[in-house]
Amino acid sequence: MNNKINFSNFFNIANIFSLLLVVISILFLFFKGLNYGVDFKGGTLLEIRIENKNIQIQDIRSSLNIAELGDVNVKQFGKEGDFLIKFEKNANSNEKFITDLKNIISNKIGSDVNFRRVESVGPKVSSELLKQGLTAIVIALGAMLFYIWIRFEWQFSLGAIVALIHDVIITLGIFSILSFEVNLSIVAAVLTIVGYSMNDTVVIFDRIRENLLKYSKIKTNEIADMSVNETLSRTVITSLTTLLALFSIFILGGEILKGFSFAMILGVIIGTYSSIFVASPVLNYFKVTQETLLKDDEI
Amino acid sequence: MLSFTKIKVLTIYLILISTIFFASLNLKKNNLIDKNINLGLDLQGGSYILLEIDTEPLINQKLQAKVIPIKKLLNKAEINFKDFLISTNNISLIIDKEQQNKFKNFFFNKQENSVNNFITEYNKFELDLEFNQNKALIKFSNFGLVSLNNAALKQSIEIIRRRIDDVGTKEPTILQRGDKRILVELPGIDNPERVKELLGKTAQLTFRLVSKDDGFGSEKLILSENKEELIVSKRVVVSGDNLVDAQPQFDNQSNQPIVLFTLDRLGAQKFGKITTENVGRRLAIVLDNTIISAPQIREPITTGTGTISGGFSFQESTDLALLLRSGALPAPINIVEERTVGPDLGKDSIDAGVFSLIVGFVLVILFMFIKYRIFGLVSNISLIANLFMMVGILTILEATLTLPGIAGIILTVGMAVDSNVLIYERIKEELKTEKSIIHAFDTGYNKAKITVIDANVTTLIAAVILFIFGSGPVKGFAVTLGIGIVTTLFSAYFIARHLTSVIVLNDNKGKYFKL
Repeated sequence: MNNKINFSNFFNIANIFSLLLVVISILFLFFKGLNYGVDFKGGTLLEIRIENKNIQIQDIRSSLNIAELGDVNVKQFGKEGDFLIKFEKNANSNEKFITDLKNIISNKIGSDVNFRRVESVGPKVSSELLKQGLTAIVIALGAMLFYIWIRFEWQFSLGAIVALIHDVIITLGIFSILSFEVNLSIVAAVLTIVGYSMNDTVVIFDRIRENLLKYSKIKTNEIADMSVNETLSRTVITSLTTLLALFSIFILGGEILKGFSFAMILGVIIGTYSSIFVASPVLNYFKVTQETLLKDDEI
Repeated sequence: MLSFTKIKVLTIYLILISTIFFASLNLKKNNLIDKNINLGLDLQGGSYILLEIDTEPLINQKLQAKVIPIKKLLNKAEINFKDFLISTNNISLIIDKEQQNKFKNFFFNKQENSVNNFITEYNKFELDLEFNQNKALIKFSNFGLVSLNNAALKQSIEIIRRRIDDVGTKEPTILQRGDKRILVELPGIDNPERVKELLGKTAQLTFRLVSKDDGFGSEKLILSENKEELIVSKRVVVSGDNLVDAQPQFDNQSNQPIVLFTLDRLGAQKFGKITTENVGRRLAIVLDNTIISAPQIREPITTGTGTISGGFSFQESTDLALLLRSGALPAPINIVEERTVGPDLGKDSIDAGVFSLIVGFVLVILFMFIKYRIFGLVSNISLIANLFMMVGILTILEATLTLPGIAGIILTVGMAVDSNVLIYERIKEELKTEKSIIHAFDTGYNKAKITVIDANVTTLIAAVILFIFGSGPVKGFAVTLGIGIVTTLFSAYFIARHLTSVIVLNDNKGKYFKL
């Protein structure tokens, strides 16, 4: 990969594009919101397996029309005969609840039901988990900011953090648009995305700094261009191997890891894009030059 | 960078071999060194239950118990009072202003204070006293509440442990979480509903006489067998505290499951006295505000043993005996979070996880080999070493492997090659200007070093924060991700670099160089 691509030519267009995506994401997050799973909304999730493969979703749904379960959601989950049931009521108030529900369902549909997974979260715990998740993401962003700040100059730190926030907002925005369920593992994915995107950004920044010190006459934009090009094959290869691993989880890792790996795939793509097209231009906007690096050390 | 001393090489491979040894321990259970990776509840099946104690009723109960001592104190101090009122969390009474100071002195007396305990731990009193005009308000101080709460939580944990041990679950985990919660983890449990029922019951057992007049000092309770409503005296004859043993049995005549209980000496005395005085009346056996049975007293029972029959199934009588044996919880307990995974789902998850790990691994290895040829091979060897070391370290730490943890391993496989890619790409650049191959490799490794560390630290930060804030399975992800970073750095900078040096130093003609 020796052919030089003039990334800086696309910086403006890319930034407008990014800004647009961020605005759309924020609008969606604000007006539509996220589809919180049981972890963050409270309620009950059941993963069931039914031996009789002729049973359809509507059979299960109608079997649940009894008891006040609140808003009930039934969907096929992976293989035939496997279903995921979610409802608002949490099963914790009554110890016999799950046993009773099992009997009701198997009686109504006339087939044995295996409850493979039961997750029930009370309202207090779910709001705590949500708060904890948000705190974790904010602290992670703060920690990254701090790390870059001690390793680089503040302009770099700002560039990196803009890229990170960009990644997090767009990933969550896509989740909102697709009504993808957000649960604890998505928080894990977002944190890993933050780490990954940062990793990508740091590699490019390292090179930009090195080149800034080497060439004093070249404009910042061209330095950024040069650095992105020099590290491009690494960026592409690492993204590829990471995506290979992620796609194998997404396709073969089972239903439970689907959401997590989907979020990670989105994040890796967005994170790779942002380190080139978001983080680097920020340096240019702040007119980072060799002088900036040399006279620094005051902050 | 390319020169290695013999000692260094030896140490590197010793570390590698020992981690491989530990990794291999997982192949066989119960080996010489008893170390294994623990499977998380999501992989082996089991229940995660978070309980929260509700101290409100306990506060009220403890406050009720203060009533008589407070009245005694008032009498002893010859203080006139009126309008003595108990509400849910305070006691109020009217005392003349002139006598308020006197009451205060008695109330906050550090010696011989039967009303207001001095908590040495906090150097504070259990109760607070406030005056508003001539109204006195007595309630628990913050310190009193904290010590009440702590004591109740400790006792609850103890009782829950006894109940779970009695059920015979293997390797349960019972831990305090925060100041009101108890975490219970039950791996490999086949009937979580039964355990949940056992955990949720307060199991407050009382023997009380059934009375006819419905007035102050009695209450209406339901008899569970036939839903009959009975009026029961509030006075407790004997409570579960006096119980020393309870066992499930079959009744000789009816062959019905029953529970045989044995009282301690004090309990036996009280029980004997009451049954002697009240032959012919009905005695209600009350468990958590429901009457299990209310048999007629046919003859005095002085032996201190008796039976409870209530049309139980055998399972019910076993559970009741278990609950009575392990004692009553000091406060009601609620389940606030539950996650149960069946064993077959756990197995499916392992299969899917391991399969996707193998596929991901093979894809990455193929990719690296095609891209970098011989150095791809080096990178692949270090990747395999990396995988072994991860498993080895997980074993040494006896860490818990969860499904997200497996995802963390796969992700590490994908990201681990990054270090080698960074280095190789750097070397490639150096080779453009540098004549000496050895020199190019040397500077390549050197220059890439800072970047490699920077890049890995960022991921490590994410892993650490996730470990601190994550819960359950997600924590397992943080563990594998974090360990993966350490092993990745080790394998890239020691193993891969050493292998590279062997190749480069033996091949000065550049035969293999096609990076």
